[in-house]
Amino acid sequence: MANIISDEMIEYVGILAKLELSDEEKEQAKQDMGNMLDYIDMLNGLDTEGVEPMSHVFPVHNVFREDVVENADERDKILANAPAAKEGAFKVPKTVE
Amino acid sequence: MSIQYETVIGLEVHVELATKTKIFCGCSTAFGGAPNTHTCPVCTGMPGSLPVLNRQVVEYAAAVGLATNCTINQHCKFDRKNYFYPDNPQNYQISQLYEPICRNGYIEIDTASGTKKIGIHEIHMEEDAGKLIHDEWEDCSLVDFNRSGVPLIEIVSEPDMRNAEEVIAYLDKLRLIIQYLGASDCKLQEGSMRADVNLSVRPAGSDVLGTRTEMKNLNSFKAIARAIEGERERQIELLSMGRTVTQETRRWDDNKEASYAMRSKEDAQDYRYFPEPDLVPVVISDEWLASIKARQPELRTQKLIRYKKEFDIPDYDANIITSAKRMADIFEATTAICGKPKKVSNWLMVETMRLMKEHEMEADELTFSPENLAKLIQLTDEGTINSSVAKEVFTKIFLENTDPEQYVEEQGLKTVSDEGALKEVIRKVITDHPQSVADYRSGKEKALGFLVGQTMKAMKGKADPQAVNQILKGELA
Ligand SMILES: [Zn+2]
Repeated sequence: MANIISDEMIEYVGILAKLELSDEEKEQAKQDMGNMLDYIDMLNGLDTEGVEPMSHVFPVHNVFREDVVENADERDKILANAPAAKEGAFKVPKTVE
Repeated sequence: MSIQYETVIGLEVHVELATKTKIFCGCSTAFGGAPNTHTCPVCTGMPGSLPVLNRQVVEYAAAVGLATNCTINQHCKFDRKNYFYPDNPQNYQISQLYEPICRNGYIEIDTASGTKKIGIHEIHMEEDAGKLIHDEWEDCSLVDFNRSGVPLIEIVSEPDMRNAEEVIAYLDKLRLIIQYLGASDCKLQEGSMRADVNLSVRPAGSDVLGTRTEMKNLNSFKAIARAIEGERERQIELLSMGRTVTQETRRWDDNKEASYAMRSKEDAQDYRYFPEPDLVPVVISDEWLASIKARQPELRTQKLIRYKKEFDIPDYDANIITSAKRMADIFEATTAICGKPKKVSNWLMVETMRLMKEHEMEADELTFSPENLAKLIQLTDEGTINSSVAKEVFTKIFLENTDPEQYVEEQGLKTVSDEGALKEVIRKVITDHPQSVADYRSGKEKALGFLVGQTMKAMKGKADPQAVNQILKGELA
């Protein structure tokens, strides 16, 4: 493996993804990420001269909706998915900037 | 010797587009609904839901790009910006990083030292977040996703501005262009236009940029001007004490007239953008672009030229009338009905402006109809009411969009032109004011004015002052 993921890096990525990893999981994730970066390095080494850049795996573009209101008030159904609700809103821990 | 500093300012302006529905789902964007009544699985980030792009968002974004001299990227796509915050249900915002819809534009602003070009780095399309309401009772927060998924464009300027005046001129121009396009109402107070200010200072003459800060929560032009002054002073003070400016996001508190850092250092700003796999690329063909161009409405500069040619109103009037889209619309619609541009312009320039000032209103809050203003002009021109009554009636039109014909009828405000009735009143005024009559007859012209006034008062303002003047002179001769 050419790419070695440091302990600091895996810690940082864990914080960004809000993941708490055990020591074994961290070691496994370091391996996996290293392998992925190796793969990307291999791709970067390929000769892509004359190959069109691909921005999507499907050869499809321009899938649109018209600007017409289609959805009615289904608040109760939406809120049924909320872990907690109050006064028609999703209830979350106190969040202030 | 103290160092002279130059301020360098760039703006990130978010504008809420005037579409009927959200950017990726068929939920309404209407204001004021009860919490979460305009939501669906897409805009609340439910697993398995898929976004579908609103065509009108592309049209509005391209229209704003064209009007600001941008190059339209005919091949553009969306990316995910990842961050955790309760107002963002997906834990990512769909935005555009790598291939935004517009690039490399500019607008021209008027400054004290002439016209200046302010560069536009890019314009991209993205979705708005929900709204957090703090609940004092339970010490928790409540999330309303009605705004989640409302379409925004973010207009990123180049760091071309040097002071608050230029920033305000830029925002004013941008707002006017977008309002004219009908792409947004651009109300700072209501948040349909939001400006973040990126500011740094550097020794005058240097061409190296200093470390910048980003300021948020600026809800009015006044707050923006104060925040720029405050941040400039804060940075200069740091530098002159030999300290450094930290690159950070700061929140402006307009009541305290101070800003404070919003995020701590541990809270890294690393958005890990990647291409949005749920949306396919947008390809704007030459034909589509041409049809957007063809539908561009007339902008202010073109309007000014046309007004001069078509309506023959003074430059000063044309300038003020076109300074707000709503005002220009009222002017044109009223003129189309009555065919008297100069009179329409006078009502807008004098009484409308006076009442707007008195009621602290903006032009886009004007609610009276062109039909009623046209009727009022007609009533005045044919002599049905005199000019002081007209002003009184206009106040009613301005405030309540009252039908002037009906109002004049109901309130009995028609000018009395019946000479017999007028003479009767005038004779009584003459009898009641012998001293003034004597004064007039002994050559004091002023006394006539007093007698005209008394007659008008007795007629409750409903007489033609010209006629009163003549009859009085005749009676006193
Ligand atoms: Zn929705």
